Parts: sequence; C-alpha cells; structure tokens
Amino acid sequence: MLSLKSTHVFYGKIHALKGVSLDVQKGEIVTLIGSNGAGKTSLLRTISGLVRPREGELLYEGSALNRIPAEKIVSLGISHVPEGRRIFANLSVRENLEMGAYLRKDKDGIQSDMERVFTLFPRLKERIRQQAGTLSGGEQQMLAIGRALMARPKLLLLDEPSMGLAPVLVQMIFEIIQEINAQGTTILIVEQNAYMALNIAHRAYVIETGRIVLSGTAEELKASEEVKKAYLGG
Amino acid sequence: MEWLQQLINGISLGAIYALIALGYTMVYGIVKLINFAHGDVFMLGAFVGFYSLTVLHLGLIPSLLLSMAVTSVIGVVIERVAYRRLRNSPRVAALTTAIGVSFFIEYTMIFARSAKPEAYPDLFSGQQFELFGASFRVEALYILIIAVLLMIILQWIVHSTKIGKAMRAVSYDAEAARLMGISVDRTISWTFALGSALAGAAGVIFGLYYTRIDPLMGLIPGLKAFIAAVLGGIGSIPGAMVGGLLLGLVETLVSALGFSLMRDAVAFIILILILLFLPTGLFGKNVREKV
Repeated sequence: MLSLKSTHVFYGKIHALKGVSLDVQKGEIVTLIGSNGAGKTSLLRTISGLVRPREGELLYEGSALNRIPAEKIVSLGISHVPEGRRIFANLSVRENLEMGAYLRKDKDGIQSDMERVFTLFPRLKERIRQQAGTLSGGEQQMLAIGRALMARPKLLLLDEPSMGLAPVLVQMIFEIIQEINAQGTTILIVEQNAYMALNIAHRAYVIETGRIVLSGTAEELKASEEVKKAYLGG
Repeated sequence: MEWLQQLINGISLGAIYALIALGYTMVYGIVKLINFAHGDVFMLGAFVGFYSLTVLHLGLIPSLLLSMAVTSVIGVVIERVAYRRLRNSPRVAALTTAIGVSFFIEYTMIFARSAKPEAYPDLFSGQQFELFGASFRVEALYILIIAVLLMIILQWIVHSTKIGKAMRAVSYDAEAARLMGISVDRTISWTFALGSALAGAAGVIFGLYYTRIDPLMGLIPGLKAFIAAVLGGIGSIPGAMVGGLLLGLVETLVSALGFSLMRDAVAFIILILILLFLPTGLFGKNVREKV
C-alpha cells in the first residue's frame, strides 16, 4: 500500500532520514519505534507531505507522493495525527471534527462518520460544544484521532499517541487504535512507548539516527535482545 | 442634547474605525502581518464609491457593493503579488513591503488622477432626523445600519461557514490545517478579500459622512484603525469592533471638551499606554509565540 525506498530528508544541513526504506501492507498495523530525535516524526511528515524528501521514492497505491502538496495528500486517503495532537484549540469539538472532513461533500457520510467517532470516543460527544482548548490531554488525543478519522482515511499515521498520557488512558487509546484497524484502516504508528506499540502491531521497524536498523514481525522484535535492551527496559 | 449628538458622532466615527480595524486584525490573525496598505484600500474604496455614484450614477447600495467587490479583489492581488512570497521571511521584510505597497497605491492614485480632493455627492440633501430632542444627519443612521449589518454578516461567515472555520483553523495552526486538506493560500486570500471589502465599505460611508476624499485620506484613519485593533487586542474580531467604537467615542469626547487639536495625539497616547500596560489589548489572549 505504502512503500518508501531509500528516502533522504534534510532540515537545512541536518540529515534527518538517511536512506529509509519501509513498507506498509493493506490492513496492517506497522510501528516504527526509536528514541527521541531518531527520525520517527520526520518520516511521518515526509509521508504526509509536510516535508519533502531530497532523494528517494515514496509510493502510495502505486503513485508517487513526492510532489503532491500536503493538503492534497489527505484526499488520497492518508490522514496524519501529528505529534503533540495539534488540535484547533480555538474551535469547538464539533468544528474540529468538521475540519477533519474539510474536503468531503457527502453530508450524510460526514454525519455517520461523526457518529462513528462518538461511538469510539463517547467522551467527545459529551463535550461536543466545548472549545477544544479546554479538553484534557487524553480528550485532546481522542479528538486528534477522531478528527483524522473524519477524512475516512485508508492509511492512518499516528505520531506518539501515548505522549503525556496516564497509563490507563494509553491502554484505552491503544485498544481503540486496534479497533480502528479491525474496522479496515491500515495504521502506521510511531512510538517511544515500544512496549505498547509492539503489543498491537503486526510488524515493526526500529529507527536510529535516521536509519532503519531492525525490522521484522512484532513478535520477532519483542524477542530480540537488542530491542529488549534498548527499548523495553531490560 | 449636545451630548447625545456627540455620542452619535462618536459612534459613527467609531463604526468606521471598527470596519477598517477588522481587516487589520483578521489579516494579522492569519499571517501575523500588520498590513499597512490597508488604509489605502480604504481610500480606494472611497474612490470606487465616488465614481460609482457620480460617473455610473448608481445608487448608494449598488455603489457600496461595487466598492466592496473591487477592494476585495485589490486586497487579494496585494497579498498574492507582494506578501505571499515573503510569508517565510522575517516579519520586518513583510512589514517594510506593506509600507511600500501603501506608498505605491497612494502615489499611483495621485499619478492617475492628481492629488486634488473630491467632494462626495450629497445623497440625502441635508436631511435630518430627530431623536430625544436632538437632530442628526441621516447619514449617521446609514453608517450605523451598514456597519452593524456588515459586522453581523462577518460574524456569521467566521463562525458558521466552512471558509470561516478554515480561517480560524489556519490562524491557529496552519500546518495542522494543511493536514486536514485546507489550502492555506486560498484561506489567506479569502481573509484578505473579506478584510478589504470591509475597508472598501468603510471608505464609502466615510465619504458619505465627511464628504471630502483624497488619495492620502487613508493614512490617518488607517493608523487610527490600527490603534483600535491593538486596543481591542490584535487578532481578535470582537476586539476590533469594540476598540474601533471606543476610539471613536474617545476622540469625539476630546473634541467636544474643546481639545480638538489634541484629538490625534490622544489616539496615539492610547496606543502607547496600551502597549505599555496591556499589550494584548482588551480582548487579546496571551498566545504563545510559535517557534
């Protein structure tokens, strides 16, 4: 479904991605684990068009993404839940969800997708009229995921959904991510919380200073000594 | 009933400031640029209205609409030609460019039709109306109705339409808005179109009320409206409305007390005080600067 081949990304002089290759198959949950600054966020930003690769190939369902602007990539079925959630704090919960469906014209479909988001996150329904900036961190994460789902994505990119959340909430968010996947959305999730990510993923990649250093099924990586030592705390 | 008359004068002046201030504040909210050419868009609006009334012999409302249409296109063109390529440059570059655009418009206008002032036609032949024993010019009533109506329409656009919500989303976080599929360029164009249309309308009602218009007329009202926008809290739409109204009232009050020579000075003193003691203005929030 998505495939990157030896992708290089630079921020000025900083070489953030040094020839990353990665594949995501339809229906999978793929996770990319790595420590802070390893290039996880850069990779997602490259896929969603916010940064441009200097070299490499970015194929999505057979067509190249390299030259398509971010605001067009959404309409191809890729939604990105950015790091730090980035909800519109000055808009209401409902308006945030409406922005997620910005490019869609099918009123009925939008309405039923909003219902679907409320089924996944009943808390959002209770807060529908509230300004998004007044939500708690966990609720904001729910809203960020819900907003991305409103575009009815085929591929959902999640950047650190567990960041700054209490363990109970992390558990809940990950269960919902699995449910979204079960309903047919392919997922690429970037995480520092390798334990949680490997628990729900089918396959995984490990990234270190801009390079993929390990890849395999989630089971394989969980069993790998290197991963255990570096990311699973023993 | 002198004070009532002054009150109406103040509100009329304030409504004009508020309409111009809205454009400043909306543009600042979305691109963080003080568009110093905005006062000149107001001037162009006054002239379009003038020619529409005198040459095309259109009525007041068609002239108002024509002026708004022309100025909105001019606003979009200014952004497209002068500001867009500077969006990622240091702010000083954009600010300097805005001042350049302002001079360009003023002196192109002088070049095209000379600097001589024009007198707006007297549409209401000096009609007055009475209220609580005081009499007012009919124009004041028109200014108020037009200004209030436009502000209601603006509120509706910003809060209830898709483009209005996109404007608020982009002004909060342009990159996140792109991830939703919102075209930042198009949204910014809409913001310039709306703000400039309001300035155009302000130009027409200014001409109607104060009669005299000339190519440099945008300078002082433009600065005053900027003060009004800062007073209300730059970036805040209700702030621009309240700030404009307050400034109009204060200036009229100062004149009424016999200090009319101090009128402009008072406006700038307000600006200095606000910047010193309440830099976020009356309605401004403490917004974090994005790094």
